[in-house]
Amino acid sequence: MSGINYSEKIPNNVNLSSDRTLQRALEHWQPNYLQWWQDMGPEASQELDVYLRTAVSVDPSGWAHFDYVKMPDYRWGIFLAPQDGDRKIHFGEHLGEAAWQDAPGEHRANLRRIIVTQGDTEPASVEQQRHLGLTAPSLYDLRNLFQVNVEEGRHLWAMVYLLHRYFGRDGREEADALLQRHSGSEDSPRILGAFNEKTPDWLAFYMFTYFTDRDGKFQLSALSESAFDPLARTTKFMLTEEAHHMFVGESGVSRVLQRTAQVMNELKTTDPEAIRKAGVIDLPTIQRYLNFHYSVTIDLFGADQSSNAAIFYSAGLKGRHEEGKRTDDHLLKNDTYPILEVHNGELREIQVPMLNALNEVLRDDYIRDSVAGVNRWNKVLEKAGIDFRLTVPHKAFNRRIGTLSGIRVSPDGTVLTEEQWNANVDKWLPTEEDRAYVASLMGRVVEPGKFANWIAPPPMGINRQPIDFEYVRFN
Amino acid sequence: MTTATTVMKQHLIDPEICIRCNTCEETCPIDAITHDSNNYVVDASICNDCMACVPPCPTGAIDNWIQVVSDNAYSIEEQFTWDELPEPQEAPEGAEVVEAKAPAAPTASEAQEQEGDQDLENKPFTAAGASIPPWSAAHPYTNLYTHKNPVTATVVGNYRVTDSDTDSDIHHIVLDMGDTPMPLLEGQSIAIFPAGEDENGRSYHARQYSIASPRDGERPGYNNLSITVKRVVEDHDGKPVKGVCSNYLCDLQKNDSVKLIGPYGNSFLMPNLPDSNLVMICTGTGAAPMRAMTEHCRRLNKEGKYRGKLMLFFGARSERELPYFGPLMNLPKDFIDINLALSRQADRPKKYVQDVIRERASDVLALINDSKTCIYVCGLKGMEEGVLAALKDIVTESGKKWEDVHAQLKTQGRLHFETY
Ligand SMILES: Cc1cc2nc3c(=O)[nH]c(=O)nc-3n(C[C@H](O)[C@H](O)[C@H](O)COP(=O)(O)OP(=O)(O)OC[C@H]3O[C@@H](n4cnc5c(N)ncnc54)[C@H](O)[C@@H]3O)c2cc1C
Ligand code: SF4
Ligand code: SF4
Repeated sequence: MSGINYSEKIPNNVNLSSDRTLQRALEHWQPNYLQWWQDMGPEASQELDVYLRTAVSVDPSGWAHFDYVKMPDYRWGIFLAPQDGDRKIHFGEHLGEAAWQDAPGEHRANLRRIIVTQGDTEPASVEQQRHLGLTAPSLYDLRNLFQVNVEEGRHLWAMVYLLHRYFGRDGREEADALLQRHSGSEDSPRILGAFNEKTPDWLAFYMFTYFTDRDGKFQLSALSESAFDPLARTTKFMLTEEAHHMFVGESGVSRVLQRTAQVMNELKTTDPEAIRKAGVIDLPTIQRYLNFHYSVTIDLFGADQSSNAAIFYSAGLKGRHEEGKRTDDHLLKNDTYPILEVHNGELREIQVPMLNALNEVLRDDYIRDSVAGVNRWNKVLEKAGIDFRLTVPHKAFNRRIGTLSGIRVSPDGTVLTEEQWNANVDKWLPTEEDRAYVASLMGRVVEPGKFANWIAPPPMGINRQPIDFEYVRFN
Repeated sequence: MTTATTVMKQHLIDPEICIRCNTCEETCPIDAITHDSNNYVVDASICNDCMACVPPCPTGAIDNWIQVVSDNAYSIEEQFTWDELPEPQEAPEGAEVVEAKAPAAPTASEAQEQEGDQDLENKPFTAAGASIPPWSAAHPYTNLYTHKNPVTATVVGNYRVTDSDTDSDIHHIVLDMGDTPMPLLEGQSIAIFPAGEDENGRSYHARQYSIASPRDGERPGYNNLSITVKRVVEDHDGKPVKGVCSNYLCDLQKNDSVKLIGPYGNSFLMPNLPDSNLVMICTGTGAAPMRAMTEHCRRLNKEGKYRGKLMLFFGARSERELPYFGPLMNLPKDFIDINLALSRQADRPKKYVQDVIRERASDVLALINDSKTCIYVCGLKGMEEGVLAALKDIVTESGKKWEDVHAQLKTQGRLHFETY
């Protein structure tokens, strides 16, 4: 087990106690963090005992300890994956050189910006989800929500550590600002659009954790390749926690589908109205939620062509997903990549220099990963003998960022006029009425082993506990 | 004669639950896990069932061990095509079941560990303390031997450690493991199957006993261990009963064999640093793990490798009912600070461990405030209440909030209970 200092206020494996300045800076930041958690974190939850998984070290036996914890007492530690003594930069202009243990002067500003952008998403999602605890469909789900929340909190800590440790005064100011911006705030919103959207209901939460936290996975994965070793090691460990968030999303939607299919089979109907009357979520509504979250999330990868992405890659700041497993030259100077553009009212692919298309490369990796999971959802319907299949909409559907933002495209990829779009948008994106219906199903279920009517119980509990385990205790 | 067919448990990932997050592949130390665009799979020819991948998996999909006939293990190519897990394969007649591949590494939690042993006789109370070990603790092996593959040990010593004229009959029993690997740490326990059957003709459940010997054996360098067993002649309410396993054990003769399983316990473990302090609080046979820890420190001390403080609170009715009283009193005062709490001494007021803890409040407090101190409580169920109350008083009087200190001791793996 690496040297975690349990005697300090801030659990860590970075030998914090040997760096007084850093420790003081973080101790100064911590109360503000706790205040933020109090003000903006999960509502009405401070006193609950939650069966949480806490990392106490980064090795397999140490990072999944389960116990009842009050969330403000959660060990928001600083954990970096173990250092590999002679790690080499494996892409970009510095290929083959030793990885940096410090932020090189010429890349400081860019690295800081990358870290701040990543850091900003972590508290944002906690803010977006702060009301959800009041309408959890079961204790099991409530616990999963809180687990996601505390881990987002820990990821914020991880980024704040990097800012404090490697970016001096600017870093400290950025770390403070992370607690001052708020999701959806008029004056100081979160940096990225999707993180200012609301997560009003649990279907939205599952879609968010499935789609948007998966964006987190791919961004972290690209950062875990970074030449800046502390960033690589930090994000590597964050990835292990991120997996749980995607699990919550994937299994959440899966259970909603399972319950809907069950009711459809019982009532022998496919009529959305009849299905709604039975108190479960009809499949077209689920498809519309999917369309929304998917399209909003793929915007997070940024513009299709980006000179920043090229700079970040060439400089070795941010790699591709699974950079180490790819067999090209890792310089990409002579490569091209297809992106979409509109030509004569139609979508077509054009080849652009790969370096400028790296956002698109990551987006496409993400899309493959998401689609595979949607197919697993379809297996649930298939098994239940239901004909309906969920699909992900076309990449150009409902985009707000990049070349595609100016056009209207249907889920099947047909370019539309504004009129055609307006006439059909209610079929494709959740309407006010859909949202109101889903909201009407939300009510808190707190009896162990009981689940709201619109969702099936999970196949197994957390940490092999039974489904009716008291995952959250209301004192 | 034909060669015996064996059936084994193959490590498989449930494709219906797995979310393809890659955590397991990242975690496996020997690259036994791989994936294609469809599934994540475990290569049976590589996986050694070390369990490292199990706690990090967010879904539990990885925790599947399905019976297969050993010549018929599923290849990774087959697994890539699966949509769901197969049913266990039928064992052919006369097949030998090898459960050789039992989890060897510490698993994520006590709950997980106990799951496989639902039919152990009773569960210790541990909840008031930490569910994690001190950070420096050595890694324990758990569940090496289970109901399906128990092992046999030989009795090489059995003698009484309480005075013969007292009601309390406590035995020190030494078991030799022969060639069977049984790596143990102080604070762990094993479970023993009493011989015979219950009134319904079923074998008795196994009973747990704390290990009383240190990690290098009762006799250093030998593959043996000791336990401390109290003969049960009345139940908790004082009604006369003949305890099944304790009487069986206390009556064993040299060279008898004993069937056992384990080891158990992955949190009631001692810190592994030369300057850590131990506060040990016990009654009766709760002395067993304390003896193990003390003896380990004593052996280290002899080689100049231990510099911490040991403080012991030991409760019994009288000195003569204290197991190991003689050897205990021979330990140097500057090595261990012994505090006896005797509840039946002529002309003296009754004293329980919590009373003596209060008498030593300032020393106990200093140790609690020292992050290098771990506290262990072991003995009969119910004793934890008095001990907790005493600790609470001491901390509160010092102006701190007990709830905070208690929570901290727990999250730091510094306070442990095991009462039964
Ligand atoms: C983690 C753990 C560690 C343990 N370590 C030790 C140890 O180091 N040494 C040791 O001697 N025991 C230890 N025990 C207790 C041990 O497992 C048995 O419970 C004990 O030996 C009695 O078993 P039995 O078969 O003789 O009694 P049983 O036949 O199971 O019980 C007979 C009756 O006696 C009652 N009874 C059970 N135990 C006691 C008792 N101790 N005092 C009074 N009444 C009792 C039962 O409730 C029942 O009514 C431990 C238990 C646990 C869970
Ligand atoms: S049990 Fe160990 S060897 Fe087997 S797949 Fe898991 S981590 Fe790898
Ligand atoms: S860690 Fe678990 S959920 Fe993730 S890929 Fe492995 S088996 Fe699947």
